[in-house]
Amino acid sequence: MTVLSLARRSLWNRRSTAALVVFSVALSVALLLGVERLRTEARESFANTLSGVDLIVGARSGPINLLLYSVFRLGDPVSNVSWESYQKLAAHPQVDWVVPLSLGDSLRGFPVIGTTTDYFEHYRYGRGEPLRLAQGERFDDVFDAVLGASVARRLGYGLGDSIVLAHGTGQVSLTQHDDKPFTVVGILAPTGTPVDNSVHISLQGMEAVHVDWRGGAPIPGLSIGADRVRNMDLTPDAVTAVLVGLTSRRAVFQVQRQINTDRSEAMMAILPGLTLQQLWDLMRVGENALLAVSALVLLVALTVMLTALLTGLNERRREMALLRALGARPWQIFALIIGESLLLSLLGAVLGVLLLQGLALGAAGWISGQLGLTISLWPPTLHELKILAALLAGGILVGLWPAWRAYRNALADGMTIRM
Amino acid sequence: MNAVSAAERAPVLDLQQVSFRWRRDLPPVLTIPAFQVAAGERVFLAGPSGAGKSTLLALIAGIAIPQTGDVQVLGRSLPGLGAAARDRFRADHLGVIFQMFNLLPYLPVLDNVMLPCRFSPARRQQAVARDGSQEAQARRLLGALGLQADAMLRRPVTELSVGQQQRVAAARALMGAPDLVIADEPTSALDADRRLEFVELLAQECDASGAALLFVSHDLSLAPRFQRQVSLAEINAALPEGSV
Repeated sequence: MTVLSLARRSLWNRRSTAALVVFSVALSVALLLGVERLRTEARESFANTLSGVDLIVGARSGPINLLLYSVFRLGDPVSNVSWESYQKLAAHPQVDWVVPLSLGDSLRGFPVIGTTTDYFEHYRYGRGEPLRLAQGERFDDVFDAVLGASVARRLGYGLGDSIVLAHGTGQVSLTQHDDKPFTVVGILAPTGTPVDNSVHISLQGMEAVHVDWRGGAPIPGLSIGADRVRNMDLTPDAVTAVLVGLTSRRAVFQVQRQINTDRSEAMMAILPGLTLQQLWDLMRVGENALLAVSALVLLVALTVMLTALLTGLNERRREMALLRALGARPWQIFALIIGESLLLSLLGAVLGVLLLQGLALGAAGWISGQLGLTISLWPPTLHELKILAALLAGGILVGLWPAWRAYRNALADGMTIRM
Repeated sequence: MNAVSAAERAPVLDLQQVSFRWRRDLPPVLTIPAFQVAAGERVFLAGPSGAGKSTLLALIAGIAIPQTGDVQVLGRSLPGLGAAARDRFRADHLGVIFQMFNLLPYLPVLDNVMLPCRFSPARRQQAVARDGSQEAQARRLLGALGLQADAMLRRPVTELSVGQQQRVAAARALMGAPDLVIADEPTSALDADRRLEFVELLAQECDASGAALLFVSHDLSLAPRFQRQVSLAEINAALPEGSV
């Protein structure tokens, strides 16, 4: 008790150095815990980019490829699923619902999805959250479009605005569907998923802009106006992918096998959760690198503390000899230094947690809007408690060396006060 | 304070055939056939540098242990005690004043004076029994040494003059009535005209609390103020003749 109160006052006397040490420990703790929490949340959120969908069906290629273009709208599909197969799938006794996806066009770099209004009904993300319209309503007319939150924000579109889709998925497209402009009728609330970056139109709309096209280019001399198109049969020949919900999740592997072995068309069904996990595993290297950097930062902070303790030791040699003369035991001198390093790491840990908490609290809205991540910090997970425990252990370990030196000095200096 | 006369009590300090070397392969730095300080006695020890002064003080304080011979403080043989017991013994019975840097810079004056009570319950009890509380005794001792102003007692010690700091150190050494006060050149940092005043005050307060005083200095002008004068060069047989 005596030693502890002296350690506290001695530390207070050197508070500017101590504050810097505490601050550097706190920053590194905040960084490490922040990275750790973001990593966990990102993985969870990634795994929940799409939820409530039992199977994704597309042309036979690779599972990750199918996932990339159907969910993340990245890359190009190799082939399509025929309308017949789509209808067969919809009629399957164990299939509850189907949502077709038709890809290939874009709006200034943002992918355009042709689908049905069932998309808004069945698409789920996060922990089963449905899509919500921030403004307007779902598409109804052939030339209606519903924008994802980022599309509307980044391009500055509002309800009633007219947009022109481009053929292909490039940022700069030479061929525009400028003869058939769409009208923005709805804007979705942010989700933190690729939906934010998508433009949603009806399958009929998708078909309509391509009615006078063949082989990826307009047919020369043939131009069918927007009004005439409405009266045509706009049933597509094929869709790019199909999101499938089953009546019972237990049937998932059975239905998957049926689709994969269908002899009429080369199709493939994937389980989105499983494939998302596989995709995430591909990114594990980066994830681990991030963690390694944070751990190094913590190491640097502990080194800063060691430096401060060792420097302080020389200044405090007189203090130690004095305490010895007053009857302080050598182990009390040892405890004085260890106690100081423990106190510094403890303060650093507490401040670091508070710092991160404050940061998370302040940035929670922005993070959930931008990244769709919900960062909750309390209660800390077992893993985070382990990190904090490791920090305190590191603090004690760092204190050992200077404490041992102070102990040796205390014995060697005896009754002389060296300057 | 104590009615028993000095002669009837056991010596506060009794060194017999003491020899000490820092390392086995080095010659002894200190060989003292006999040296005593009686209870309540005030002894001036002339110790030029190199005479083994630090070593002698370390032996008396129980921080170092002689290879041969016996160091008894208040009749207790220090070499016979364990390291922990020696530390406790020192805390209970010894007051020490150094040449300079006596005070912990992060404690105010009063807390510095009360420091010995943190390490010794016995001295805490003595202070409370004598003056009612630790702080009361600290104030009494400081007052006797000419430091009264309340504002000053709460100030950081670093704002005091060297002379004031040494008087605070003297008050601390006397706190809780130790049996022996060791002063290691406490006046060497003081102005010449302040030295005598300090010695007078210290002697007076040692008398008042019944503590023996072992005053180490090379300033021989102070020697007449003491009951007995001893030269360390003379009692230390380890020193070659005329080496200091």
